[in-house]
Amino acid sequence: MAELTGLDWIGIVSIIMASVAVSVGSIAPALAEGRAIAQALASIAQQPDEANAISRTLFIGLAIIESSGIYCFVIAIVLIFANPFWNALLSSAGG
Amino acid sequence: MDITPDQLIYGRWGPFTLNATLLWTWGVMALLVAFSWALSRGIRSDGTLTRGQNVLEAIVSLILDQIREVSGQRPEPMLPFVGTLFLFILTANLLSILPGYQPPTSSLSTTAALAISVFVAVPAFGIRRHGLRGYLRQYAQPSLFILPFTIMGEFSRTLALALRLFGNMMSGTVMVALLLSLAPLFFPAIMQAFGLLIGAIQAYIFAMLAMVYIASATRVHDEATARTGPLPEE
Repeated sequence: MAELTGLDWIGIVSIIMASVAVSVGSIAPALAEGRAIAQALASIAQQPDEANAISRTLFIGLAIIESSGIYCFVIAIVLIFANPFWNALLSSAGG
Repeated sequence: MDITPDQLIYGRWGPFTLNATLLWTWGVMALLVAFSWALSRGIRSDGTLTRGQNVLEAIVSLILDQIREVSGQRPEPMLPFVGTLFLFILTANLLSILPGYQPPTSSLSTTAALAISVFVAVPAFGIRRHGLRGYLRQYAQPSLFILPFTIMGEFSRTLALALRLFGNMMSGTVMVALLLSLAPLFFPAIMQAFGLLIGAIQAYIFAMLAMVYIASATRVHDEATARTGPLPEE
């Protein structure tokens, strides 16, 4: 097995941590959004007249819940495509 | 692969660089201005509607109704700001069906600029409604202890606004690009259509959140201002 350099390690760790960030970061928003939608559906079933107000609030709430998942996704994308450590090491090595 | 249209450069003149974000932001603005200019030429108030005026009135009254229902306040002061945000983001997102178009909202520069304009607009509306002292006092309601958290919330929700729109639009672009290399024939088209739906929902959510923030800054909170009562409806 070839010797792994610092650059290799940065790549390996970045990719593993990017997938960890996305997978862990999608669990909580998924559970939360599921709960929110279930509650909203129950409320609409009870009070169909209020369906408009409920679904509007639901959409805004979903967007706020979803942002935590989106943050993790942005971090993962930055790790893979715009990794600051990778770029710093590349420029310090003069490559 | 580029994750931001900032890096897609079309031309360079001295210190000025024309990238995709800049070009398409101006493109969307020009389209919106030309559209509303062309349709508002023949506007009349004698009861007979041209087709163009009908379209414009439908758009404006739709936005007015949404603002009135969600905020429970008089919608007219907020209409120019919130309506412009909604129409700009909606157009920027929906135009991504055109080949070669890069949605400017998938660049963090655009979304940060939009979020900062909300960050500035919220105190502006609040001060206009309550005066400087009345607005600043809201930060320390109900007790002075809460002050650091309300200030922190002010910044974090600006960051959240920018990142939410950027993340959603960027993930759509990246997803389609990845799928093109995996299953180029059919699946990217479905994801593209799904991206249009996401784009419309995000435009709605951005405008609604901006409106909710403005409404919470202009809402009547304490006894001193509550005596003057809320704004009359219409």
